[in-house]
Amino acid sequence: MRKNLTSRTVFIAVILLICVFGIIGFPGSPSALVRNVKNNIRLGLDLRGGSYLILEVQVQDAVKTVAQQDIERLKEDFRKQNIHYASIDANDPQTVETANTIQIDVKGIPSAEANSVRSIVSDRYGEWILTAVNSSDYYLRMKPTELDQLKRDTVDRSIQTISNRINTIGVTEPSVQQYGSSSDKYQILVQLPGVDDPQQVKDMIGTVANLQITAVKEGPFASKDAALSQHGGILPVNTILYKLLPRGGSEGEQWFLVSRLPVVTGHEMRNASSGPGDLRRWDTNFTLSPDGGRRFATFTEANIGNKLAVVLDKQIVSVATIEARIEDRGRITGLGSQEEAMELAQFLKSGSLPAGVVYAQENSIGPSLGADSIHAGLVAGIAGLTAVVFVMLVYYKRSGVNAVLALVLNTVVLMAALSYFHAVLTLPGIAGVILTVGMAVDSNVLIFERIREELRAGKTVIAAVDNGFSKAWWTIVDTHVTTVVSCAFLFLFGEGPVRGFAVTLVIGLIANVFTAVFISKTIFDYELSGRRGMQELSI
Amino acid sequence: MELFKNTNFDFLGKKWLFIIASVVLSVSGLTSILVKGGLKYGIDFRGGALMTVQFTSTPPLDKIRQAMSRKIKNEITVQNFTGANAQGQVEIGTELLEEKQLNANRQAMEEVLRETFGQPASGKPDFNNTSKEQIAARLRDPLARNNVPMSDQQLQQLAGAIADYVNSPRYSGLITDFNQLSGVPGMNSGVLDTIRQTFYLSQYHVMSVEMVGPKVGAELRQKAVLATLYALGGMLVYIAFRFEWIYGLGAVIACFHDTIITIGLFSIFNKEISMTVIAALLTLVGYSMNDTIVIFDRIRENLKFSRRESLESIMNKAVNQTLSRTIMTSGLTFLTVIALFIWGGPVLHSFSFALVCGIIVGTYSSVFVASPIVLFWRNYADKRGKGGPAPAVASRPAESARKSPARAAR
Repeated sequence: MRKNLTSRTVFIAVILLICVFGIIGFPGSPSALVRNVKNNIRLGLDLRGGSYLILEVQVQDAVKTVAQQDIERLKEDFRKQNIHYASIDANDPQTVETANTIQIDVKGIPSAEANSVRSIVSDRYGEWILTAVNSSDYYLRMKPTELDQLKRDTVDRSIQTISNRINTIGVTEPSVQQYGSSSDKYQILVQLPGVDDPQQVKDMIGTVANLQITAVKEGPFASKDAALSQHGGILPVNTILYKLLPRGGSEGEQWFLVSRLPVVTGHEMRNASSGPGDLRRWDTNFTLSPDGGRRFATFTEANIGNKLAVVLDKQIVSVATIEARIEDRGRITGLGSQEEAMELAQFLKSGSLPAGVVYAQENSIGPSLGADSIHAGLVAGIAGLTAVVFVMLVYYKRSGVNAVLALVLNTVVLMAALSYFHAVLTLPGIAGVILTVGMAVDSNVLIFERIREELRAGKTVIAAVDNGFSKAWWTIVDTHVTTVVSCAFLFLFGEGPVRGFAVTLVIGLIANVFTAVFISKTIFDYELSGRRGMQELSI
Repeated sequence: MELFKNTNFDFLGKKWLFIIASVVLSVSGLTSILVKGGLKYGIDFRGGALMTVQFTSTPPLDKIRQAMSRKIKNEITVQNFTGANAQGQVEIGTELLEEKQLNANRQAMEEVLRETFGQPASGKPDFNNTSKEQIAARLRDPLARNNVPMSDQQLQQLAGAIADYVNSPRYSGLITDFNQLSGVPGMNSGVLDTIRQTFYLSQYHVMSVEMVGPKVGAELRQKAVLATLYALGGMLVYIAFRFEWIYGLGAVIACFHDTIITIGLFSIFNKEISMTVIAALLTLVGYSMNDTIVIFDRIRENLKFSRRESLESIMNKAVNQTLSRTIMTSGLTFLTVIALFIWGGPVLHSFSFALVCGIIVGTYSSVFVASPIVLFWRNYADKRGKGGPAPAVASRPAESARKSPARAAR
């Protein structure tokens, strides 16, 4: 065992250097050192202060939207092929859990047309499965794989849109990511370091932000009733009444009758900006996706002189007249003020959330509480560790130094590993650190007590040290592996904080085997080398 | 220095005394849970809103409760923290029955605080509850008017310095006099006067807000419990593989016993079970398991060398041999945890409480719960199975390989 002493020492030195580099980097000055440590050891929001929100994406909204669009397409296709029908409707799932129950009911198809209906659906509606209820009625259900894909896309797009929106308000290092591991969870975790009141962010995320640009059929009307009475109480097919968002000091309510089928929707909006226009007025410029641009071109060409409405969340934010054919680059001119133009650009740019979101959780930890927690935790940690070091040194004398060194190095390796894995230290993570320190102390105590027993049994110092280590070894393996096994389960089945605990603990335990056994044994060997006949060991 | 040398206490002879103590503790804990109608869960598991507010001096709690109940219909709890670092800290909790209330509740709570302990009528913003960004935004124009104009960058820097200064543990985000700001780096009388004119000082500072929807809360609770149960199952399988199944069962029952007693104590002392407490429970399970395995390991080793002795005396010997280690490890861990309990602050309070209970219970459960279970089963199997299986399993892997380097070195 005393062989390879040099190579073992070199190995330990290299590992420790890598670890120290992981924590402090190459500091050029004391302030750089503090900065590097702060960058490398990243504290969780619970210790540093900040806010986090957990949102649930209402995926059923997106599923319903697809169903509605396909119903419109179906009606169009049936009309083209002169297939008569009594009704085509979709059901209305209200919760995330029931999103899979989406179903389109097609009723009253003449039995002679059954084959054409089948071929239309199989040719053009690949994501749906058609089932006959009886000779005239059918229902369509979405294929499970398509449903899963749609829901995943919805969550991904929501994450994208929310990060875009948060980035526009300049929070430092925000993080928007999927939350929860299981595939049937549609939650998003938004982390906002340093923000202690997330109201502004929540306003920005909005509840259901659904942006459409759609044709204005008629208007303005002074009230909803005025518009309705124009049509005898019943609105024309595929139209809907929306109110114009009131501006300060404007002339009262304005209602417009607009098409239900948007020309372009928010997710086809690529960019928008504001700029000065003619006659001291302001413009908002926007860019569309190629696909949206093509449709917009066809539409605007055929509708020059007609009006378009920008609808955000069932409210019209702007109405503009089409002056020329617009492809993927358009301009809304004649806005009253810079603020109005900027706001409209913001509306257009923010994109549309493909589905509404519901807040499932919101936590804000003020920076003062974060600072207090760190302070209190440090005071307590230092007090506890000082006591441990003191007792170890008094009880195990010279060998106690070994144990203390092992403990310190364990913490260094653990912190370095957290830094290299970009892990974040949270309160439950600190619980893992505490258990690590406990088990590190225990490993040293186990070994030292074994060495003492061997010495009592009359063994030589060298034999006692060797036996002490080898006899304690399997105990240490058993305790460590048991804990690692439990951590594996905690990581697999736990969530968030429980996982943080498991990760920190596993890293700490691996570090502990390295420091308390490997390094400690090497130090003992070094001390005993060349002193083979040594009669006493300070333990 | 050595405390225990070759001790020979008859630990297992006194097992009944401790088993009775364990049963009494577990039953009283469970009774308390039953009588109180279940465990008291924290906001994160139950769903609800919780606001931690620092006051300059603890206000009458009834006043807060009454003020809140005017705006918020559901159950309201108000309690103040005690302890060295928590003077004047009050926790206000409300129930959340629906996810939709999440947004409204926070605003309502903040509004009530402002109306009760602030001066909304002054028309000025409250300095003690203003974010860094707001400080910068609010000061920009008044500073220019008072002939202390600043560039945007200077302003941001100043606001950052003020926020850091006020949020340091010295003030905990709450100042009582604007003159306290004179210590802020870069502060001068012009800026201080402007702050004085622009803001007013309320008697409170909102330190943290935690809001959890009831659905997520229930899910989180379920997941945490499941993960813990699976982890215990995993440990049982590993110990059964390394020792014998009855050892695994004994160890897991001991851990379960520790958890039950600690949860019972939480119920008796009216403390809430939150995610932090779950982390503490996981820590104590790990700790207790570690302790049990050390003793089991020694029992296994002793069984190999002394097959004639009764299992009870072998166990006693193992406990005595490891006594010094047990006292050292438990004692040292206990020291750390006590330090956390005393100085760790309100956030770590229930966490360290669970660990203080857990370490005491976890240490004695290895000796008086885990070992007796193995002993009882062995005696029972011996009586029934005439001779029974050989007591030890003790196949230490790589036993010979492990010995050889030591011998070679001699």
